[in-house]
Amino acid sequence: MRNNSTSFWAFALALPILGFVLPKVGLNEYYFYVAYVVLQYVVLATAWNILGGYAGYVNFGTGAFFGLGAYTALVAMKAFGAPLFVQIAAAAIVGALLGIGAGLLTLRLKGIFFSIATIAAAIVIETFILNWRFVGGASGMQVIRPEVPLGFETYTRLLFFVMTILTVLAIIVARYIEKSWVGRGLHALRDAESAAECSGVPTLRLKLLACAISGALMAAAGAPFPLYTSFIEPHSTFSLNYSVMALSMAVVGGMSRWWGPVLGAILIASTQQLAASASPELHLLVVGLLMVLFVIVAPDGLVGLVQWARKMVGPGRKEVELARGSERA
Amino acid sequence: MEAKITVRDLYAGYGAVQVLHGLSMEVRSGETVALLGTNGNGKSTLMKCLIGDVRPTHGSITLEIDGRVVDLTKLRTHEAVELGISIVPEGRRLFPQLSVEENLLLGAYRKAARRNISKNLDFCYGAFPFLKERRRQLSGSMSGGQQQMLALARAIMSSPKILLVDEPSVGLAPIMVSQAISKIRELKDEFGLTVLMAEQNFQEALRIADRGYVLVHGKVAFSADSAVELQDSALISQLYLGG
Repeated sequence: MRNNSTSFWAFALALPILGFVLPKVGLNEYYFYVAYVVLQYVVLATAWNILGGYAGYVNFGTGAFFGLGAYTALVAMKAFGAPLFVQIAAAAIVGALLGIGAGLLTLRLKGIFFSIATIAAAIVIETFILNWRFVGGASGMQVIRPEVPLGFETYTRLLFFVMTILTVLAIIVARYIEKSWVGRGLHALRDAESAAECSGVPTLRLKLLACAISGALMAAAGAPFPLYTSFIEPHSTFSLNYSVMALSMAVVGGMSRWWGPVLGAILIASTQQLAASASPELHLLVVGLLMVLFVIVAPDGLVGLVQWARKMVGPGRKEVELARGSERA
Repeated sequence: MEAKITVRDLYAGYGAVQVLHGLSMEVRSGETVALLGTNGNGKSTLMKCLIGDVRPTHGSITLEIDGRVVDLTKLRTHEAVELGISIVPEGRRLFPQLSVEENLLLGAYRKAARRNISKNLDFCYGAFPFLKERRRQLSGSMSGGQQQMLALARAIMSSPKILLVDEPSVGLAPIMVSQAISKIRELKDEFGLTVLMAEQNFQEALRIADRGYVLVHGKVAFSADSAVELQDSALISQLYLGG
């Protein structure tokens, strides 16, 4: 979690390797089943944060992008027999296009109006899928899984590996944006859009870029979903739940740094999985309580708590930070 | 290094309200030009036309810079900045939730400015020592005068050729107005800037202006080729002193 590049890249390399090795040493299937969901939320929350956190545009359409990704993969599979990585790539492209399209239509809106427009986008796409017989319409359809590739025992194990790769990709992208001029520009327009434009920040272009990247990652996270569940239907796939979850994870984790949504997603998704096995009704309550707790006690999320703790550790910390600041300059 | 703005017969306004009525003026390379006039005569509207914030309904604004000739009425604000025009907007428009240093770094968003970033940052901290002391402070928590200085410093961070300053004196104590105006002069000399400054406080503006225009009802009512000429203008005494 430090600003240490080497340990970051070590982690980025280690996660997919673990994702490849662990499923082959014969742990219980259930762990991979749960870990897949947790990682899927890491990707969704990280992607959400690129637009919602860095740029300050609160998107309630996560479900639209996720569902579109899932259905794009389904169509690619059913119509063209595309392999999984092609399905994911196709989903990412469609997600990016939807991001740009939705962005062009809605980015003139600010605050709550933008959020409402994104909810509408989810409903529009869901309605379209509901009426499309080829993908099963409202009643959904069974997905026929081809043979498991890469020598994995089951699809759950394979998809867990795939999700570790997507997770690492999403985190690398978010981290890169955060440190680059794109991130600085998004940060600026979140604070004061007209001032950003006066400073030479191409605000519209950056917002569209954020929409495209965020949308591509969300759709990619949805792409393995049909193979994962082996049954797909529109209501649960385009669920508002995904939007609310991605948003809460970013809020609880902290939106200013890339590792905020990662921690938030791990915390909420694992708590939820545990609670869900205890009682299916309880898990929503858990998310709700966490959300309320964080908004009141730690509005900057886990990131804020960690930064606060670092400050408390000692005055020496401050000098380090100052030195780091001048390095950056 | 050529940097020249020519405005010809400009008409602009907001919806049904016409503000500029055939305004023509120019800013030549290396000059400090003052735009004078009381409230509501079109100074800010002209500034907004120059940075693409307001689209004129008629007329032209031509920018000659580094041997290129560009129609400014076609550009968006960030594109004008990219060409080397820097803006200190009216009311400063800082990033209140960002630190002083983050504000300065954002001033260098322009691609040509990014490689000079540490040099320019050092210069700004040298010219405005209090900014260095407060580099971690949120800019919104500083006084109005300090914010105005930060806005100036941020504009310099983009290594501009042309500096547009809209009403630097708004909301400042007289002593701060004087300081801000002097700083503009200093920065101009240091960087060889071309400066256009809209200002109501004409005594202060005249201290640094090479020449100026007086705007009345969206037109140039008086154009003076020297500060002395402005000082002696009957129109100025009529507008400002009610004489």
